[in-house]
Amino acid sequence: MSNPIAHAAAGHGPAGHDFATADGHGHGHHPALQHHFSTMDQQREAGVLGMWVFLLTEVLFFGGLFLTYTIYRTWYYEAFAAASKSITISWGLINTAVLIGSSLTMALGVRAAQTNQRKATVNWLLATIFLGTLFLGIKVIEYADKFEHHHVPGPHFVFASEHEGAEGGAAEHAAPAAAEGGHVMTMGPDELQRTTQLFFSLYFTMTGLHALHMIVGIVILFIVAWMAHKGRFDSEYFAPVEMTGLYWHFVDIVWIFLFPLLYLVERHN
Amino acid sequence: MSSVHVSPLSTYLSIFAALMVLTALTVGVAFINLGSFNPVVALGIAVVKASLVILFFMHVKYSSRLTKLTVVLSLFFVAILIFETLMDYATRGWQTIPPMLK
Repeated sequence: MSNPIAHAAAGHGPAGHDFATADGHGHGHHPALQHHFSTMDQQREAGVLGMWVFLLTEVLFFGGLFLTYTIYRTWYYEAFAAASKSITISWGLINTAVLIGSSLTMALGVRAAQTNQRKATVNWLLATIFLGTLFLGIKVIEYADKFEHHHVPGPHFVFASEHEGAEGGAAEHAAPAAAEGGHVMTMGPDELQRTTQLFFSLYFTMTGLHALHMIVGIVILFIVAWMAHKGRFDSEYFAPVEMTGLYWHFVDIVWIFLFPLLYLVERHN
Repeated sequence: MSSVHVSPLSTYLSIFAALMVLTALTVGVAFINLGSFNPVVALGIAVVKASLVILFFMHVKYSSRLTKLTVVLSLFFVAILIFETLMDYATRGWQTIPPMLK
């Protein structure tokens, strides 16, 4: 092991390599410790910091979408309120509970890794995968519902249907009745038809990108669960579990904001 | 040797319970007419929930100052993004076009 390049390659080699004796420094250290770090703590700290820098870019990525949402919601508030009301609140509520639950199982997975419980780590990660998949399944039901009601932006988009139905086909009138709760709808059916598409465009973009993040998260969770099953982690080295946890919790936080902004724009009246 | 902070099980369970209660609260409040305060309350609850997740589930409460700074920095950047853009949109109507550009 006099060749430093060969030594570096061995450092990334498969588990089971006798690192303590093959180590070129002449002393034993944790097999997961990379050469450019002095201690496991330093390595872990650098990893956490790096992950947060990545999450910073993710915050700005979703931040742009939230900004777009804010501007259009301010401009076309009535359309946003009406369109938001057409979404079934219970599915969103159930999904919020499911996702918060998955954050709990994820946090317990990290804790199990920290405390050297291999079997528990794998099980909590699998529970997180299950809840994440359940969330996506419910999302599929919701999306199917949108297609059925022609609430998908595009040439077949139809809004106003519920409104007209309630008024008994009175959509031809220039001023749509506003009997309910003293709220006066100033938008005509045509304008509502046009502007509610903005809401649903944002709905599909934001929930779609959120769902994409979850699919990526589930794939990573499978890999990390497999690594945990193989015994790659211990109480000193569990970085992949911890990083996956940070990513998963971030995705949870995005949903924490999406839920009230998309489902609860105006529910009173 | 290792300085890894392991939170007790009870911490995770109580944070989970708090998040569920706040979720129920945000739905309940949405059905009460608070006028222009409805979105303020909804976002306030969301911010509290996000803070609980960041501090306890993501262990930022026990992280180094550098990590904490990075977390706050991300919020600062997104605040600039949203605040400055909204300032632009909110004040566009103020602009009077100089005669030479008409």
